[in-house]
Amino acid sequence: MNASASRLSLWLLLTPFLLWIVLLVLVPHLQMLRVSFQVRESWDTLAWGLEQYQNFFSESYYWRTFVRTGVMSLFTTFLTLLIAFPIAWYIARLARGRSKGILFLACLIPFWASELVRTYGWMILLRESGLFSSWLQALGWVDGPVEMLYNDVAVIIGLVYNGLLFMVVPLVTTLDGMDENLVEAGYDLGGGHATVLREVVIPWAMPGIVSGCIVVFMLTLGSYLTPILMGGKDSAWFTEQIFTQFITRFNWEQGAALGVLLLVLSSLMVWLGLKLTGQSLRKVMG
Amino acid sequence: MALRKTRISALATLLAATTASGNLLAEELRLITWGGYAPDEVVAQFEEETGIDVQITLSNNEDMISKLRATGGAGFDLAQPSQDRIVGVQRQFNIYKPIDYSRVNTDQLQPSMVKATQESTALNGQSFGVPSVWGTSGLIVHNSVADTVTDYTDLCDPAVAGKVSYRLKRPTLMGFAFAMGMDPFAAYNDRDEYQSIMAKVEDKLIDCKANVKTYWTGGDQLLSLLRTGEVTAAMAWDAGGWKLNAENPEIRFVAPESGALGWIDTFAIPRRSENEEAAYKWINFVMQPEIAAKITNASGNFTASKGADEFVKAELRDAYRLSFDDEAINNIKWYPPVPPGLEAMEGQVLDRVQAAN
Amino acid sequence: MATESDLSCNGLIRRFGKTAAVDHISLDVPAGTFFSILGPSGCGKTTLLRLLAGFDKPDEGDIFIRGQRMNDVPPNKRPVNMVFQHLALFPTMTVGDNIGYGLKRRKVPAAERRKRIARVLEQVGLPGLEQRNPQELSGGQRQRVALARCLVLEPTLLLLDEPLGALDLKLREQMKVELKHLQKQFGTTFVYITHDQSEAMVMSDQVAVMKNGRFEQVAPPEELYREPATPFVAGFVGDNNRLSGEVVTLADNMADIRLDNGEVVRGRLAANGLSSGDRAELYVRPESLMFTGEALKDGFCAMQAKVLTTLFDGANSRVEAENGGQPVFARLPQDGTAPRLTTGAEIRLAWDPKLARVYGAGQS
Repeated sequence: MNASASRLSLWLLLTPFLLWIVLLVLVPHLQMLRVSFQVRESWDTLAWGLEQYQNFFSESYYWRTFVRTGVMSLFTTFLTLLIAFPIAWYIARLARGRSKGILFLACLIPFWASELVRTYGWMILLRESGLFSSWLQALGWVDGPVEMLYNDVAVIIGLVYNGLLFMVVPLVTTLDGMDENLVEAGYDLGGGHATVLREVVIPWAMPGIVSGCIVVFMLTLGSYLTPILMGGKDSAWFTEQIFTQFITRFNWEQGAALGVLLLVLSSLMVWLGLKLTGQSLRKVMG
Repeated sequence: MALRKTRISALATLLAATTASGNLLAEELRLITWGGYAPDEVVAQFEEETGIDVQITLSNNEDMISKLRATGGAGFDLAQPSQDRIVGVQRQFNIYKPIDYSRVNTDQLQPSMVKATQESTALNGQSFGVPSVWGTSGLIVHNSVADTVTDYTDLCDPAVAGKVSYRLKRPTLMGFAFAMGMDPFAAYNDRDEYQSIMAKVEDKLIDCKANVKTYWTGGDQLLSLLRTGEVTAAMAWDAGGWKLNAENPEIRFVAPESGALGWIDTFAIPRRSENEEAAYKWINFVMQPEIAAKITNASGNFTASKGADEFVKAELRDAYRLSFDDEAINNIKWYPPVPPGLEAMEGQVLDRVQAAN
Repeated sequence: MATESDLSCNGLIRRFGKTAAVDHISLDVPAGTFFSILGPSGCGKTTLLRLLAGFDKPDEGDIFIRGQRMNDVPPNKRPVNMVFQHLALFPTMTVGDNIGYGLKRRKVPAAERRKRIARVLEQVGLPGLEQRNPQELSGGQRQRVALARCLVLEPTLLLLDEPLGALDLKLREQMKVELKHLQKQFGTTFVYITHDQSEAMVMSDQVAVMKNGRFEQVAPPEELYREPATPFVAGFVGDNNRLSGEVVTLADNMADIRLDNGEVVRGRLAANGLSSGDRAELYVRPESLMFTGEALKDGFCAMQAKVLTTLFDGANSRVEAENGGQPVFARLPQDGTAPRLTTGAEIRLAWDPKLARVYGAGQS
């Protein structure tokens, strides 16, 4: 009686979550998978086939964009880690009391605005008639206006900025939990800065590093506005191609196939990342 | 037409549109349209006169079609696609219902435009569109380069390198084809011919890529590029040019030598419209000359309403006359309906241009 | 200076703001000594240890290890290793890697490293545990790994920061003895800080009692116990009864004190400069107090007390009594010599005046 009542309440508690998973995650993905294997033979007849996937490999611009997106996302993730680590170290280990909270808040503030606003902010700074360009001219370092927007560097700047918080938070959390004495022991037993970082700090922070990297990589891979707005004419990004297939070309079949491929890529990268660093998903996310 | 304000948040609104089916007590008109086509003033007046509540979703051609396709023609009571984008889409996805012209007050519309629209939106003996707003795509140029840039392909001139912007959408393909001395509209029904035209345009656009500062994606973005002088020549729509001209007389909209590309946006009724009555009321209301003039003042584009011109702001009329003399008007290339299949072909061309280095 | 000692410091000062956590500390630790620094928490002993390890720098004064000045040598270059309070074993490494960490930094080849790791593990009584994770070990085993990790490097000086604090009582008793043996076995100089006087007494050759950043007394445990130099040491090291009164007569290093209830008792003078009429405090240990009748042993003195309660604790059983409002504890021998005591009973407590210490009041 009692057991069945508690089981009932468990199910009641789980129901919203299960509904969410099934309706908003599982069903759309299965639907996408199904659509991706459809081939539009004429305007009202559909057949099953691999044509969309063949298109992906035969049209070089699909897989070139795919590879470019993957490589740039990896690079962005790595760069974000490099920048976030000292920040997280400072917040977790060096800042005390109030300044700790303020610094954390400072990392959070940009996220009160939407991605669009953040990206426009960078555009105002980097564009030819923008702030950086006029400062450089005022300082006399350059003769004419400099265009810093519409290239890969600008895209990476925007992406790193977008990902920074999601790297800093897990790093701060893991570094916060590290016993100060571990670092001291590392020095005490004869290690230099590099050794202590490599042998003591990084292994300890590994769960945070991996979870931060996974989140930032997924965010970057799936970002849409930043590469388009900041990349300009060479912005080719895989999500943009998916969007184009669905919205501008009405080619849902191709869009679905590209979406499935993106999902496979990101899952594969996460799996590889976990394997290479010897972490498990449970350890990283728990 | 494609050359106009775009809302990128299409996916988000797609969700909102599919879930927000009308179950309110008050009578409601759910309108999906372009920015500027339903000014607040006009909406307020309509609501006051009819008691019908108007819900507006801003959109563009592709987005409109996507949303209606996703719901099989539900979620909206009235849409405003361009006339060349109705027949092909209707044949493919069946998202509109035919227009009952007996319920449209055609007396207040320009007969030539009504006729053209009825023909170009006809399918199985019925027509699916009522003309509403028209305009053209052409060139917006700064006076300093006005002598260099007189046609679409002049955007690839080294003299304007790095100061050029256009959009990676089908109007650009059409414009370049005309400027290269070909007639893509004439080849609409000859796939092979069309394919060869597109191949040439593709090569030209890839060559031209180095000249481009960025492919613009939104109206505000383009205006700010031109305003700051970062871009001095762009392919864009007339209303944008006139708007900039009002701010800075150095910037003008020019009808290209090979002809501006003319488009007509229509009223079309989604297949599962829940308030057809209100839709016809809206059509007849906004096409009254005084009301239509307000739409022109807001959007910068002229309407199919007969006699609305005299109510339009003087500076807009002047800017219009500066851009179009009689010859230029006669040279406008009006978009014929797009046969199915061409867009997929064009899409691949655009993708390859985007991915080219 | 002092080249024979492993560690010597003079005039060490470390200030935090206005307070000096370490205040003019000088010390000298001969090679092979087990040296303890004993003091209540907040006395500055941890700060001192961190100065020795190199994690902190003194504001004034010098640190020499085997005659080498260490002030500007970073921790990783000092011939000093430290066992941390919570051990700080690297959780991401196996026991073997923990111990091998320091050897690797010294570029000891892998084969040699393995040999030395195995040997030191054997020496601390944990043979063959190289592949285990520190988390899988018991508290005592982890303790030994932490020691092995330092000892394998054969440091001149091993610093220990209350490493036994986290262990339960029984294990602590056992580890005390074991630490002492290990120190003798390795012959390394240990500097051990603790707030537990029993740990300091059992293991050390020399104990420094620290208070408010200063050393009160540095002496072998027995001397600390028998001849505490200050009232603080007298009260902190071992149990003690404090009786305050007034000096009546001074003679031969002995003082007669009139307690506040009028009784006159005797004790040995611990400090000079007292004269009759001064307020003074007499410290006498509970184990020095004996129950006595009217007959008093030769030279002994005695006082009256009223029993408050008896505290039975086997060999440590005590009686709590009071003399003129001052609490007095006395050891209650369990060999049948003690009388049966009831609450409120009047007893007489006697002691050998040589075992009691007299300090001027207000010295502490």
